[in-house]
Amino acid sequence: MLVPLAFGGMATAPMASAETVLRVIPHADLKNLDPIWTTAYISRNHGYLIYDTLFAMDDQFKPQPQMVDTWETSDDGMTWTFTLRDGLMFHDGAPVTSEDVIASLKRWGARDGMGQQLMGVMGEMTAVDDKTFKFQLKEPYGLVLESIGKISSNVPFIMPKRVAETDPFEQITDYTGSGPFVFSADEWVPGSKVVYTKNENYKPRDEEPSAAAGGKVAKVDKVIWTYFPDQTTAMNALMAGEIDFFEQPTNDLAEVMKSNPDIVVEVNDPLGNIGFARFNSLLPPFDKADVRRAAIMAMDQKDYLAAAIGNEEFWKTCYSVYPCGTPLANDVGSEVMETADKEKAKAALEAAGYDGTPVVIMQPTDVPVLSAFSLVTAEALRDIGMEVDLQAMDWATLTSRRAKRDPVSEGGWNMFHTWWIGADVIDPMAIAFSGNPDKGWFGWPTDEELEKARADFAVASTLEEKQEIAKKVQERLWAIGASGQLGQFFVPVAYRNNVKGLIKSPVQFFWNMSVD
Amino acid sequence: MLRYVAMRVLSTVPVMAVVALFVFAMLRLAPGDPAAVIAGDYATAEDVERIRENLGLNEPIVIQFWHWIGALAQGDLGTSIFTNLPVTTLIGQRLEPTLLLALSTLIFAIVVAVPLGTIAAWKANSLVDRFVMLFSVGGFSIPVFVLGYMLIYILAMELRWLPVQGYKSPFVDGIGPFLHHIILPTMTLSVIYIALIARITRAAVIEVLQEDYIRTARSKGQSEIKILLTHALKNAAVPIVTVIGIGIALLIGGVVVTESVFNIPGLGRLVLDAVLARDFPIIQGLILFFSFVYIMINLLIDLSYTLFDPRIRY
Repeated sequence: MLVPLAFGGMATAPMASAETVLRVIPHADLKNLDPIWTTAYISRNHGYLIYDTLFAMDDQFKPQPQMVDTWETSDDGMTWTFTLRDGLMFHDGAPVTSEDVIASLKRWGARDGMGQQLMGVMGEMTAVDDKTFKFQLKEPYGLVLESIGKISSNVPFIMPKRVAETDPFEQITDYTGSGPFVFSADEWVPGSKVVYTKNENYKPRDEEPSAAAGGKVAKVDKVIWTYFPDQTTAMNALMAGEIDFFEQPTNDLAEVMKSNPDIVVEVNDPLGNIGFARFNSLLPPFDKADVRRAAIMAMDQKDYLAAAIGNEEFWKTCYSVYPCGTPLANDVGSEVMETADKEKAKAALEAAGYDGTPVVIMQPTDVPVLSAFSLVTAEALRDIGMEVDLQAMDWATLTSRRAKRDPVSEGGWNMFHTWWIGADVIDPMAIAFSGNPDKGWFGWPTDEELEKARADFAVASTLEEKQEIAKKVQERLWAIGASGQLGQFFVPVAYRNNVKGLIKSPVQFFWNMSVD
Repeated sequence: MLRYVAMRVLSTVPVMAVVALFVFAMLRLAPGDPAAVIAGDYATAEDVERIRENLGLNEPIVIQFWHWIGALAQGDLGTSIFTNLPVTTLIGQRLEPTLLLALSTLIFAIVVAVPLGTIAAWKANSLVDRFVMLFSVGGFSIPVFVLGYMLIYILAMELRWLPVQGYKSPFVDGIGPFLHHIILPTMTLSVIYIALIARITRAAVIEVLQEDYIRTARSKGQSEIKILLTHALKNAAVPIVTVIGIGIALLIGGVVVTESVFNIPGLGRLVLDAVLARDFPIIQGLILFFSFVYIMINLLIDLSYTLFDPRIRY
């Protein structure tokens, strides 16, 4: 008994220096460091720490200048000229130049969906001088700032030209950025620890932080991410004071932590996540829109959210395809999702001529929320008379199998479930809303009207115009029954009460945060 | 003896070759595609295909195997698909925690279990014996993660004597912080080995105690302690050492759970993460590494028999 006491003293001894450290449990292990090569949210969050962006979305979902100081648009909307802020500098001391910006945007534009669309209308990007660059568009485009200020993966982070010239399909090996923190490559232990140190040369904007926009002030000397594969251990470490901030505890653990007076549990992401039940529109029985709509009518969002999330504090029903509470949210065509009536769904299924073809649902048993969604769907479809083949697998298997367009007998599939973070489906340009089977998302529905509406949205300029077109897109999505939407749910954050300065946002940022 | 050791070491080459072939084939036959994991939710099927192409996963399997085995022959275990770091670097980063956890577990288990088993044998069918056997059954029955959480709750959360999680290197952070962090995982992981080794020790010593030479020693008036230590235990050592060897192999599996529960960045967790992400080079490299370690441990155990039983010669 003496031994632990003796060593316990060593563990709790204060650090010799006055270095301030924010000890974080991130939502996932940082497996790779290139936020353009991968869409993983953890790589995106890493990117926000070490890179900067030209524009950034504020808490009203509007793009605001970040690295850019001033910009102007020609009367015809075809020429955009931007000037960078003074004092922008990479971690190696080199200034950020227009050449760096253009190379970074080209690499991003080769990988990101929104980037590809922007590059599709881009005539040329030219460097006017070291701090000024110009976009010459081939046709008017209403989402220029929304694109270069997009908040989630892939974020158009600005890298040095030498790094940005890396093949977009190969990983970068140089992690020099110009953001508020510097990645400490020597201390990176994949699967365990990532260390970021404060960038003393970073010049934040003067504005107050607002989501990704505003001043990015690093208020701690170091941010250390320690990945915990076990959620219970993570909770115990937070409660024992070994960790300051726990990014995504499961809802059941959040309940336990709430009872600890030293811990704050709150929802930090106002948009939350949107559950999706995705149909494969290429294969029977879901090759018929009426069968997909009948299946959607059998889905009750409350069943899904109660089974997968539990505590009502962390979920709400939402029948808009865009997250409720955002500017484009509406209820056009949503009746089909709101039906939640098995008898009506059964009648609709019979009317659609369902022939008894079994439905293969891929159930990722290693992702509890999605596993629960799959079980609820299987039960709902059986209740309306469909044959269901629920196939258990891990998420990695699902991600490879869902890319197959083959018949079920050759490894194909009929349904899978996932969720999108709200920020990723905030407008019609999201790949989840595509109606182009060649370039669209897994499931590959076809609808020319939908694609035309999405193209119109891309050139719309006013909010009113965008809202009208967003309704049209939503109407088509429900008409073709592209996906069932399973409601909006929120994952809280938990932190010790000496942590201050959290920014409300769909993405977890670590600037402005301090440890008192 | 030297000839025997040389033969055994050489015999690892064909064994490792078979393991390499088997692992490579199994991973390629199993469902799951690292390119799809990398591509994520936003990807189109075309993106996944492009990534496969860049990773060289579209090449014929025979060509992929040839590239891998060629690099392997030069000591290159490959590069992780996700982290872009050499597998040898990743193993190097994780080796120390796993090795020291395994070592501390073995030492603690042997130090506790051998005396317990010997005493139980000496006092066979007494209350002490029954208590040791009860502990042994309990040790076998309780899952590692349950015991881990119980110990964390009592010793770390309630009494605050020990940290909940983490690992400190004795070479970087010092011996004090290292011991402070390794006590709980060692206790957790040791219990099953204490149970196993204590049972085998008891059985082996009871058998030896029936031998004529023990009766002779007693009739010569030797003390019970001396009989136990110099006659019984030494002659019971071969089965005990064998079970310790098997225990080391079991440890490789046991550390996966223990490392997760105590958040120790060791090899066990590296395997688990690599399997979930389908990071083929890491899985291949680690299985080869573990196979090599297992073969070497078996060799060392076989050689150690000569120390305990002079009749055994190689």
